Amino acid sequence: MNWFMLTLIGEDRPGIVAEVTQALFAGGCNLGEATMARLGGNFSIMLMVHATGTLEALTALVVPVAQRLGLHLHVDVIEGHLHQHLIPDTRVTVYGADRAGIVAQVSGVLMAAGFNILDLQSDVGGSSDKPVYIMTMEGQAQKGLDAIETAMADVARAGIHVDVQPIETLIG
Amino acid sequence: MAVLDILTYPDERLKQPSASVERFDNALQQFVADLEQTRLAGPGAVGIAAPQVGYFQRVVIIDVSKLKRPVPNHGHLILINPEITEWDGYAVGREGCLSVPDYTGNVIRAEKIHLLAYDVHGERGEFDMEGFEARAVQHELDHLDGLLFLDRLVSRRNDLFRRKVYK
Repeated sequence: MNWFMLTLIGEDRPGIVAEVTQALFAGGCNLGEATMARLGGNFSIMLMVHATGTLEALTALVVPVAQRLGLHLHVDVIEGHLHQHLIPDTRVTVYGADRAGIVAQVSGVLMAAGFNILDLQSDVGGSSDKPVYIMTMEGQAQKGLDAIETAMADVARAGIHVDVQPIETLIG
Repeated sequence: MAVLDILTYPDERLKQPSASVERFDNALQQFVADLEQTRLAGPGAVGIAAPQVGYFQRVVIIDVSKLKRPVPNHGHLILINPEITEWDGYAVGREGCLSVPDYTGNVIRAEKIHLLAYDVHGERGEFDMEGFEARAVQHELDHLDGLLFLDRLVSRRNDLFRRKVYK
């Protein structure tokens, strides 16, 4: 059995997840971790797929359903490992008037401050004449929370609202 | 004292409600000592409930006094037949569980609670708790009713994180 990363992108419509996963199940595949998002009205999903055959065989299995649904398909062989979750210790929320370069600026500052991003969601809200950019990230502050707070204070001075919070995960 | 085996999901026994403790005797004290050893053997657990080791009595241990970032707390507590009588506010927080390895998720809990419980000698106590300690108590009391944090998961996306300043 090999692990593959299957990526599907296309115009969103109801029923995509059900049709794709049923085709995979019928073809003898198992699923690992997956994430689906609707970005700008586009459907996108990344699926860890465990399958016995080759990359070509998996691709042939999914192509018919992808074509029927009008989705672009991409398949990679990956080194798959389940049960390797990293627990984030810090959440960074950023919002501001949308402008070019926010993500590059914020993520550059965070990287220099030792922040390893484990999860990132960003969105553009507001209206078309006054868009608002909102981003939430979870990760590990490898140089400590203070380093993140200090670094982000400079970003905040540039007119971007920043909130840095520790995540204390309760194990019970 | 002994480290006991932890039941892990999908063990059906985790869904079983636990019975009230009737006798505050030597056997109870020995069990609590074993339960504490088991908690300390786990990966950084701030609490443990008796049904997690297959003992279906209303016994819980919590201790949030050892966190790197200190939070309001009542120290090390053995809670027998605990009962929450008041809830106030809510907050989203990240939880994991000794009985659900390698997964953490977001759960909504009351921000403040009033708690009645007996200690290991049968002395009745009352506690006003908030924040992380209140969360730990709610997580453990759920085990006594056959509930896991998996039963209360909320989406990781678009969560409403209530900030401290709004308290």
